Amino acid sequence: MSLTIPSIHYLAILPVLILFAGAIVLLGVTALVRGALRTSVATGITLLAAAGAFAAGFFQWANLDRYGPSTTIAHAIVLDGFSVVASAVIAVSLALATLVAHDWFRREGVRGAEYHILALATAAGAVLMTQANDLIVIFLGLETLSIGLYVLVAFDRHRGASAEASLKYFVLGGFASALFIYGAALVYGATGSTNLSTVSYFLGANVVLRPGLLYAGGALLLVGFAFKVAAVPFHQWSPDVYEGAPTPVTGYMAAVVKVGAFAALIRVLISALGTQITTWRPILWALVVLTTIIGASLAIVQRNAKRMLAYSSINHAGFILLGVWAASARGSAASLFYLATYAPVVVATFAVVTLVGGPGDERHSVDSYRGLARRQPWLGAALGILLLSQLGAPLTTGFYAKFAVLAAAVDGGGGPLALLALLGAAIAAFFYLRWTIVLYAESPEGAVSIPVPRATALAIGAGVAVTLVFGVWPGPLATLAQHATVLFTS
Amino acid sequence: MHSSLWLTVLVWLPLLGAAAALLARRRPGAPFAVAVVTASVELAVSLIVAVLYNDHLAGAHTFDFVGRWVLAAPFGLAYDVGIDGISLLLVVLTALVVLLALLGAREKRSEAAFVSWLLMLTTFTMGSFVARDLLEFFIFFELTLVPSYFLVAHWGGAQRSRAALKFFVYTFAGSAFLFTGLLYLGFLHQHQVGGSLTFADAALASTSMSHATAVWLFVAFAIAFGVKSPIWPLHTWSPLAYAEAPTAGSMELSALLAKLGSYGLLRFAVGLLPLALSTVRPYMLTLAVISIIYGSALAAATPDLKRLVAYSSLAQMGFVTLGIMTGSTIATTGAVLLMFNHGVITAGLFLLIGYIERRRGSATIANLRGMQGSAPVLAGLFTVVMMASIGLPGLSGFISEFLVLVGAFSTHAWWAVAATLGVVLAAVYLLWAYQRIFHGLARDVDQVPDVTHRERWVIAPIVAIVVVLGVFPKPVLDRVTPTAHQFVESVTPAGVTK
Repeated sequence: MSLTIPSIHYLAILPVLILFAGAIVLLGVTALVRGALRTSVATGITLLAAAGAFAAGFFQWANLDRYGPSTTIAHAIVLDGFSVVASAVIAVSLALATLVAHDWFRREGVRGAEYHILALATAAGAVLMTQANDLIVIFLGLETLSIGLYVLVAFDRHRGASAEASLKYFVLGGFASALFIYGAALVYGATGSTNLSTVSYFLGANVVLRPGLLYAGGALLLVGFAFKVAAVPFHQWSPDVYEGAPTPVTGYMAAVVKVGAFAALIRVLISALGTQITTWRPILWALVVLTTIIGASLAIVQRNAKRMLAYSSINHAGFILLGVWAASARGSAASLFYLATYAPVVVATFAVVTLVGGPGDERHSVDSYRGLARRQPWLGAALGILLLSQLGAPLTTGFYAKFAVLAAAVDGGGGPLALLALLGAAIAAFFYLRWTIVLYAESPEGAVSIPVPRATALAIGAGVAVTLVFGVWPGPLATLAQHATVLFTS
Repeated sequence: MHSSLWLTVLVWLPLLGAAAALLARRRPGAPFAVAVVTASVELAVSLIVAVLYNDHLAGAHTFDFVGRWVLAAPFGLAYDVGIDGISLLLVVLTALVVLLALLGAREKRSEAAFVSWLLMLTTFTMGSFVARDLLEFFIFFELTLVPSYFLVAHWGGAQRSRAALKFFVYTFAGSAFLFTGLLYLGFLHQHQVGGSLTFADAALASTSMSHATAVWLFVAFAIAFGVKSPIWPLHTWSPLAYAEAPTAGSMELSALLAKLGSYGLLRFAVGLLPLALSTVRPYMLTLAVISIIYGSALAAATPDLKRLVAYSSLAQMGFVTLGIMTGSTIATTGAVLLMFNHGVITAGLFLLIGYIERRRGSATIANLRGMQGSAPVLAGLFTVVMMASIGLPGLSGFISEFLVLVGAFSTHAWWAVAATLGVVLAAVYLLWAYQRIFHGLARDVDQVPDVTHRERWVIAPIVAIVVVLGVFPKPVLDRVTPTAHQFVESVTPAGVTK
């Protein structure tokens, strides 16, 4: 018996390789230097790796232009426009989050490169998810992403909440992973393959007479994903984890987990189970309504900024799901566009929250923001703009993101669904605005101004710039997202 | 045909002014000066546009000053401007009210921010009125929320946070319906015609649809515009917001933003969905009449002057809705004129209430008494503006209300009869309020200084417009009537005579 090594198209997995290489280099360096590695070195290597992964995207794009989308490594990995753009979004989120974490390390007096190594590895896992064309590869990416995040969430060892959040995330996340892999097994049982293209081909060519196995598998996969993206009713872990995790980590996971999980979800539902659309669409319909409306409603009663943003991120997940529900090229492009615009904004928002949190990462009540915009007009205005973007005000990317998914939904016959989701957005407006009121309220006596370190300022500035520039001129990004899905292979 | 550059200047000049005011924030007085200069230039440009406007050429779907640029094809997003006789008046109104609000209701606290928000609001309002593209209109329409929210939330009265939030969330929720509806309409058009997504008015107007679709879309549009306008029963945010807003904010809200609702109803709901009219007309007319009577009744009962104007606005906007939904040329002309006149008159009323508040620190009717003795000019000015609001012949309010009622009577007599009751009630609540504020035995606190020269000059244009348009409305009617006529023609099915 001989083992056949499948051919490998190295360009396709270049971003993953670069990110892993960054992690391994950092591991090596930490082992070789005496004492703890300087944070700036770790940050530098991480940024370099992120930039490399981003730059690799250009070569991939050029390759796509010439040869079109392709699969490699026994069709387990796919290289298409969708994966290229999603990977680029992950690289950008990693870079911005690393900048924020850099100053956080300084402030908290933490040294070493463990955070950076884990962040690089999780980013590689997320990129793998965006490229996976096989349930097993999705699982591989998912676990690489999740296991790194469990540790990152517990990174602030001095705070009990951090460890508690990590344990909670670990138990529920492990549970979700188990559901996912069980679902993958059932789908394999029903169709004879874990490869998404093969599953799709099998379902297209055969009539499944007894679909119980397939449905059960699909349902478990969906539940697994719903856990990861925190869709209602699988969202309970997220406010606790968001609150307990060190704030830079919260921003990072809010961006990266969503990109990875949604990219994989779109592939599973649209490329593998596209033939079963009449079965999974009603389920997504209910998920969208619950996620947008309940996410927004529960945010209103929160007094903690991080919990509020957790629910806001649930609300956003509902909108991204709306694009998935549309089950069209327009819909996937819209979801990708939403993710691409949401990721930098959410990292920047959590960057401001990190700063306001202060030493010990404790001041997260909404009251700590009272008068912030009067004391520090730039920081306050930045947060105001980021919140308006999340709200979906025109002239910010948030508006076009919502526009894109709603347009896709209405185009796909989901007028009432789009309306319900929008009413969810109106509820969400309530807490974003209440927060902005606090920002601009009278400054309380004795409030001190918050130092804004350079790296964090850069990350916040980048988030604001993205939301305003593409908010005024969304053309290029939208065209990119549209092309990215045209190249989608199934 | 004139260049669209005029309108582009009108839309974006205030935004530049806002930026300049922010840059000049370190120097005391400079932001205010910048804002006043910007608003004056804006008014001058709008008047030039009004004079240049060519009414022979313009009609329902032939606009003047047009220009269209596609900004983002995948979204169907375009910058598309142009005005006809309907938007022309509102463009002038916008430029006028912002200048008066700046001059008459200056806020010294964080002045740079205040004037910047006010100027930004002007850009967005102006943008809504000159937009010839439904999506563009929607974007500007939504954007007006942000500055008005901040104006109410920062410079408002004691309950400002609640008022601002309620205002925002109500309107935002209403917009959800409009947004879904416009997307649906856009795709319906795209599926029929092919090509790329577009929301241009002229294109959407040619969409064919079933009667039921038209009705559903109309309802969705009407909810959004009914919140903004406001129309009973979607008005509940307005008394609180009008009462808590600073004087300039109340002026903008009632004189301009309310018009966005009625303008949208006319231009987009009626203009794009004429098929629905036969079904929705009786319901909309009934809501209009309820708004008139309910608003008037509450205006009589409310203890607060600003709320009184808020409820009276509800009634007046009821007349506008009545005129729009009646669907005859006369009534439509009347409705457009009434939008302008009501804008001028409420701006005047809120200015005068601002003067009273400045003197007495309160706008509660029960606290005010006998001011006529010490402030006869203030009382006189109040009388003129109030009489215009009541609809006294010879003042501007009369012409527009008369046209609406005549137009409505010829086709929908019973609704017109019921609405006429509102005219009587307006006299009741306004005169009664006037008596309580200005008549009676003056106490020591009621000895207030009369209006200053500056205050007189600010209110003077309003009084002038009220009187001139009351006696000689021809130049304005000449500009509105052809458009109104063509508009009504275009939305009336063939074979029906109006």
